[in-house]
Amino acid sequence: MSFLSIRNLSAALKGRPEDRILRNVSLNVAAGEVRGLVGESGAGKSMIGKAILGTLPLSVEITGGQIILDGTDLLTLPPAQRRTRIGQICALIPQDPLTALNPSRRIGPQITNRLVDILHWSRADAEKRARDLLAEVHIPDPDRVMRSYPHELSGGMRQRILIASAFAAEPKLIVADEPTTALDVTVQKQILKLIAEMQARHGTAILFVTHDLGVVSKVCQSLSVLYAGKVLEDTTVRDFFAAPGHAYSRALLAATPKYTDPDGSLTPVPDAVIAATRAEVADADRMTHV
Amino acid sequence: MQLLRTFLLRLATTAVTLFGVAVIVFFVIRVVPGNPIAMMLPPGATEADVAQLTALYGLDKSIPQQFLIWGAGVLQGDFGASITSRQPVLDLVLGRLPATLELSVMALVIAVALGGFMALTGTRLRGSKTEAAIDVGNGVALSVPDFLWGLVLILLFGVLVPVFHISGRVTPSLELPFSTNFYLFESVLRLRFDLWADIVGHMFMPALALAIPLAAIIGQLLKQSLKETMNLDYVTLARTKGYGENHVILSEALPNAILPTLTLVGVQFTFLIGGTVIIERLFSYEGLGNMAIDAVINRDLPLIQGIVILFAVIFTAVNLAVDLCYAALNPRLRHA
Repeated sequence: MSFLSIRNLSAALKGRPEDRILRNVSLNVAAGEVRGLVGESGAGKSMIGKAILGTLPLSVEITGGQIILDGTDLLTLPPAQRRTRIGQICALIPQDPLTALNPSRRIGPQITNRLVDILHWSRADAEKRARDLLAEVHIPDPDRVMRSYPHELSGGMRQRILIASAFAAEPKLIVADEPTTALDVTVQKQILKLIAEMQARHGTAILFVTHDLGVVSKVCQSLSVLYAGKVLEDTTVRDFFAAPGHAYSRALLAATPKYTDPDGSLTPVPDAVIAATRAEVADADRMTHV
Repeated sequence: MQLLRTFLLRLATTAVTLFGVAVIVFFVIRVVPGNPIAMMLPPGATEADVAQLTALYGLDKSIPQQFLIWGAGVLQGDFGASITSRQPVLDLVLGRLPATLELSVMALVIAVALGGFMALTGTRLRGSKTEAAIDVGNGVALSVPDFLWGLVLILLFGVLVPVFHISGRVTPSLELPFSTNFYLFESVLRLRFDLWADIVGHMFMPALALAIPLAAIIGQLLKQSLKETMNLDYVTLARTKGYGENHVILSEALPNAILPTLTLVGVQFTFLIGGTVIIERLFSYEGLGNMAIDAVINRDLPLIQGIVILFAVIFTAVNLAVDLCYAALNPRLRHA
């Protein structure tokens, strides 16, 4: 039984149902599984994460489908209940560590607030937990960091703090929304390693949103490939890298730069493949309308 | 430590500012046409009378000489005597100051409460008809100046539905037990709520007239910066932690969104104090502004100087207070 099961999820711009953002998306994440969600910008991969966490922009509305989390369809819950439930069992590792911490608040309360306010821990327990987690993400001198303000820390440090904060309440599912994109390359590697390490230790399921297939090959077990809000392929990482099933996936894989061949030229996804994929999406749209 | 240094530095620049203000006012009111002597003497006074009176007030000396004499007095706390009432300027001005301060602070409180409420409500209900209505209301409030609001309020609540007093600071027949001129403040301290109600009944309309345009500015700016802040990642992150919309707005977005508004309130508050001059006249409220107009009409040079200097002191004090608040609220400035 999957921990998270998204069934036929569709979303569109509010009041403009023909501007579809998600097209009958179905995907499953088992407990403890790391699933990659790949696609180019605008493919809707971040929107899926936002739909789960209830943070879709006001201009987007869900037009159909289910998001079943731990046996409950989130979309049928009243908003307040839904929010609390998400706060209890889900967490987000955001994209940009520079804007994801509140600049006017010290680090400590930003990690402990969920534990105290939503999960009703005692303040002392929450602070001890925060300290332990900061040590776990290899932050030296956690006490000093907890008293710091975000602007006093580097981007890499802040992303470590956000990872610690995401794992703090032992969530069952973490949505990682391009967590390494905003970091520079040397830090990216460390952060990726850290996420994999934390995931293995805590056994948390992760939905890993990224456009980087290299990242997928390192941390994920399975992946869904998205184009224009439609899932083109749903497979294991092993199968995908051995033999991608969809023509678009093959082109996407071929377009990934290879570290082993620095002189090789960059190959974009061929126009013919894009045209064929677009036609496929349009066909599917017609089918659902009939 | 940092705050103390900022404070001392500002104190030094304040001294320079005040000196500049003193120089400009002193010279300008002596250069413009009209003089106090002509106002004091009956028509048909002789040349000799004029010369004698001019010499008596030291107005026969050159302007720089007059400035030096006046400046030396000011440094010793002597602002001269009013030409019309012959009382020391300092006593007159400080006697009226509490009335104007109470009026301005009350207006500020009303403006912040009203503007803050509009901004928070608009943010909470963003995208709804209520938000649109708030925007329209703000636009209307902004496009009408404070003295016109004063007239509108007099018509509405003084004439049509007479619930507030339209003139003065307190009902003249009342026995006042106060030992200072901070009537509003002292009435609370002495637990004389009957007097308090009477004073508020007099102050409310002029304060509201002053407050409405500022409330609209606060409402608009704060709503705008809340709107921007609400889209930032840390607000989204707080939502995923399970916090409700009210908590997200009040404790995640507001502390950051309020900073630009705070600076603006400081600047606008000085404009508001400037607005008391006309509003006090309109409501016959016995404050500094009303006194300033009388002083100008009578060409009471020492009194004008004293009032302008006092206004300048208030303005710089407000700006200093805003800077200190800003540093205290923004950790990036505090530690930088």
